[in-house]
Amino acid sequence: MANHVLENTGSAAQLEVALPHPATSKPARFERFLENERFLAFILLAPAVVLLSVFIAYPFVMGVWLSLSSTSVGNIGQFVGIRNFAKAWNDSIFQQTLRNTFVYTFWATLFKLTLGMWLALLLNRHFRGKRIIRASMLLPFIIPTVLSTFAWRWMFDPTFSVLNWVLYRAGLIVTKLPFLSDGTWALWSAIIVNTWRGMPFFAITLLAGLQTVNPDLHEAASLDGANGWQRFWHVTWPLLKPVTIVVVVFSIIQTFSDFQLIYVLTGGGPANSTHLLATYAYQLGVAAGLLGEGAAISLFMFPVLLVVVWIQLRYLRRLEGV
Amino acid sequence: MIERRWKKWVYFYIPLTLFIVGTLFPFYWMAITAFRPDEELYRSWRAANNTPFWTLHPTLAHFQDLLAKTTFPRWLWNTFLIAVASTGISLFCGLLAGYALARLKFPMAGALGTGIFVTYLVPPTLLFIPLADIIRNFQLGNTPWALILTYPTFLVPFCTWLLMGYFKTIPRELEECARIDGATRFGAMLRIIFPIAVPGILSAGIFAFTLSWNEFIYALIFLSSPERKTVPVGVVSELIRGDIYFWGQLMAGALLGSIPVALVYSFFVEYYVTGLTGSVKG
Repeated sequence: MANHVLENTGSAAQLEVALPHPATSKPARFERFLENERFLAFILLAPAVVLLSVFIAYPFVMGVWLSLSSTSVGNIGQFVGIRNFAKAWNDSIFQQTLRNTFVYTFWATLFKLTLGMWLALLLNRHFRGKRIIRASMLLPFIIPTVLSTFAWRWMFDPTFSVLNWVLYRAGLIVTKLPFLSDGTWALWSAIIVNTWRGMPFFAITLLAGLQTVNPDLHEAASLDGANGWQRFWHVTWPLLKPVTIVVVVFSIIQTFSDFQLIYVLTGGGPANSTHLLATYAYQLGVAAGLLGEGAAISLFMFPVLLVVVWIQLRYLRRLEGV
Repeated sequence: MIERRWKKWVYFYIPLTLFIVGTLFPFYWMAITAFRPDEELYRSWRAANNTPFWTLHPTLAHFQDLLAKTTFPRWLWNTFLIAVASTGISLFCGLLAGYALARLKFPMAGALGTGIFVTYLVPPTLLFIPLADIIRNFQLGNTPWALILTYPTFLVPFCTWLLMGYFKTIPRELEECARIDGATRFGAMLRIIFPIAVPGILSAGIFAFTLSWNEFIYALIFLSSPERKTVPVGVVSELIRGDIYFWGQLMAGALLGSIPVALVYSFFVEYYVTGLTGSVKG
């Protein structure tokens, strides 16, 4: 679908020929302008382009400026070069934050992909109540993350955790598990909640991909003696690869830049051990009012996002080359 | 035969049941907590009389507290208005831009298309600090307009992308026929193409609405007075006082705040799923 956008342009604009239109013999002046393809395109694109320039391009430029300045709330800063970036780089909380962000993104994406693929394969079969089960599987993705994360926080509560209760009753533990009160545990708890929230997105998109796989291919593979795993690995998976790559890219971007889940679940704690780049940028830039330092920490996301987007664009281009 | 049935349990029923339980348990927990009186709620996890999976004496006290002590209905209304307005703006921009990118030939079309696709991938958390400054300079802080104008930053690229894909599936001949019959280019777009694209518009609209309902970080930063807040922000900032979590009210608020978006979803599941899968494929 991306073919058209990405293809080289500038060739066919002059092919348009003004045909005589019986009903438009005396069009209003503006209407006549709209018949000009370039002018119409300009008018149609203007609202989107203006909006995106004012609220994305301009803030981006300003963010770069802020990150190079010592601005804080109520104090117009001066240019300080890369001092904010250097300061962050040498800050042990930032180093921990950067590590957390990569660990969180890597494991959560891997879990979402594996479980989402598994769920998609299960949902692709015929069973009673299929429609309603498919629809309800998407709930974690629909319900506002902040609200469902509160349910998880309550399930992880240090004193009243239902998970501890179940494990205790099952005889698996004798003391409480420190779901959110220990740094390492808390990061893994957050990875679990993120997986829970994002897995349906993988499952439903992969399911849509699965439904385009021709069943004859499977039949042919079984006749050739392939078992279930071989059929998946050699038939289904190669066909699903394009949609998988796109979904993974989206998920990496969302997970890498995640804010709300950590904000509600741990608030970056205990003792700043579970911050992600976005929550740490919020803590410095908004809660502490150090706009320059906060903007710099946000911008640390940029190189990673750039690489991911670049891979995505290259991949789309290669697809259309085929 | 017996072996086959056994296999079906191991490979299908058991995993699917685990997925269903795992996915839905937090919602069950949310609902059952919202109706649970405090003395049942705050029982130690080792207490002998603890029955966490069922509420013995259901109560509406938390809902009453929520409605009496906070401006929860206002939050719902704010969230709804902001979601509808930003969805409307995004659909307007997305429809026009999507049509231009799918159908018209003009210089820089490729670059613009790529540009819009790239903004689609810019996460809000990259820009929130400078945006907060801009909102302050525009005098929009603490007004719904701060959100109505900024939510389209992530909705417009998505709507454009989705609708562009949809327009490309509509045969060009339809437009050409209309134009031979004397319709203007603009008229053909408005009266022929847009009506055909209604399912696509609905998909984009439903998806955009749920995204706006979900949004958190901009609402957290741009709004400050309690009666202006949206549901997610209101719940976070007004139901936790100091270090104390009012779990009953929190879960009641989470439940009530989820219902509208769950309803919209349940009525339009098919459109939502089209929007979701289209959002990645274009």
